[in-house]
Amino acid sequence: MNDTLVSIENVSVAYDGITVLEDVNMKIKRDDFIGIIGPNGGGKTTLVKVILGLIRPEKGSVRYFIPHNTGHSKIGYLPQVHSFDKKFPVSVQDVILSGLPEERKLISRHTKGDINKARGWMEKLGIGSLRNKAIGALSGGEMQRVFLCRSLISEPELLILDEPDTYVDNRFERELYEELRELNERMAILLISHDVGTITSYIKSIACVNRHFHHHPSNIITEKQLASYNCPIQIITHGDVPHTVLGKHDHKQDV
Amino acid sequence: MFELLSYEFFRNALAAAVLSAISCGIIGTYIVSRRIVFISGGITHASFGGIGIGYFLGINPILGAAVFAVLSALGIEYSSRKTEIREDSAIAIIWALGMAVGVIFVFMTPGYAPNLMSYLFGNILTVTATDLFMLLGLVFVILIFYMLEFKNILYIAFDEEYARARRLPVNMIKYVMIILIALTIVFNIRVVGIILVISLLSIPQTIANMFVKRFFNIMVLSVLIALLGTISGLILAYLFDIPSGAAIIFFLVVLFFLARGFKYLFRSL
Repeated sequence: MNDTLVSIENVSVAYDGITVLEDVNMKIKRDDFIGIIGPNGGGKTTLVKVILGLIRPEKGSVRYFIPHNTGHSKIGYLPQVHSFDKKFPVSVQDVILSGLPEERKLISRHTKGDINKARGWMEKLGIGSLRNKAIGALSGGEMQRVFLCRSLISEPELLILDEPDTYVDNRFERELYEELRELNERMAILLISHDVGTITSYIKSIACVNRHFHHHPSNIITEKQLASYNCPIQIITHGDVPHTVLGKHDHKQDV
Repeated sequence: MFELLSYEFFRNALAAAVLSAISCGIIGTYIVSRRIVFISGGITHASFGGIGIGYFLGINPILGAAVFAVLSALGIEYSSRKTEIREDSAIAIIWALGMAVGVIFVFMTPGYAPNLMSYLFGNILTVTATDLFMLLGLVFVILIFYMLEFKNILYIAFDEEYARARRLPVNMIKYVMIILIALTIVFNIRVVGIILVISLLSIPQTIANMFVKRFFNIMVLSVLIALLGTISGLILAYLFDIPSGAAIIFFLVVLFFLARGFKYLFRSL
């Protein structure tokens, strides 16, 4: 039985001739809870965007074993907070509804069932009272809850979170990770974080993505391969990772 | 007042006021929400090139303007997606190019260019059956498209990257919307003129946004405010024999300040 959800094969990405990701191989499986770490600018977000199909890799391919095509995707996505216009006239409920798959109907509007689904998620994440508020009027933590609802309303099989802990307080951070642990029983999770210490007790495996900014292009390849998935070396380089993590990351080596 | 309705020109003007308010109210909400007022300004002024060429070739200047506006809209959309040129610089170039081409061709046209002022400042009292027909077709297309695609339009305008991640038809919606913007601008030139059309696409929305906060509600309220503006402007233009475009915009700006004042008083009570 094949429980691979997404398979990334020999993917390389470059911006303006500078290689950001090189020869990345990765399989995301049904029960995975992968923490992705790496320095800023190391290519973590790029990797996520490749998985989502937002960036077309220069080389290699991404294969999906779950639906991810026009208007219908089983990948939930929580982007970094600042990717939208905070003054845009849209209510919390509308934002959450935007996570639903596209349905082709003569009149483009949401059904009662859709709205109940959105309300269910809002209640579950404790933001039921905010549903008619403008999105820009929320605090960072409330906003992250809204975007988490948006990414969950489509019942994804893979949930990708890009630094969900950036704008939130410690209390929400803990609640979020507890929630994710529960969700992991139903879906694979890919969690980008710069705070390795906090996520280690929640994730099942760890992956390091690093872009090496070298002036000598010939060195890039080997360094990149180390950075991509040879975690132990990279973790030691990062310095602040508890030793307990090292034993858990072994199954990432399916290159 | 009611005997005015027996005049065909006045009935045409009233119909234009309604169609203009519907198209500008709906499309303007998209423009203001997405903060592409400057792009719309560029498209508006670029369309003057088409008006000049229309004069020169002896065809309906509005048709020339439509071609110019749609091409420049597609050019802006394409260049911001595919090229390294900064979007605001691209807009400035297209903006100036359209005006230059327009001026050159108007001057090359033999004799005096009649009604040139009505393209710059608009005259709702002289709209023709052809103008109305084009405006009606546009409103029809806008309504159909919004009925079919409203959710996608809203979600893509709100968070384009997320919409792409959700695999929504982002490029199709954006290209159709930019074409609808271009056509809305051009077909409203006869009503408010090139110089002022951008106000009809932004002032009603700004007023509406003071009172309601959801995209759909802003759209509906903007149509009503724009309607109040076009009809009041039409009456003012008729009574005082002033250009209708200026009368409409002046009325809307006064309404804007009244709304601000109302909000201020309401808050302090």
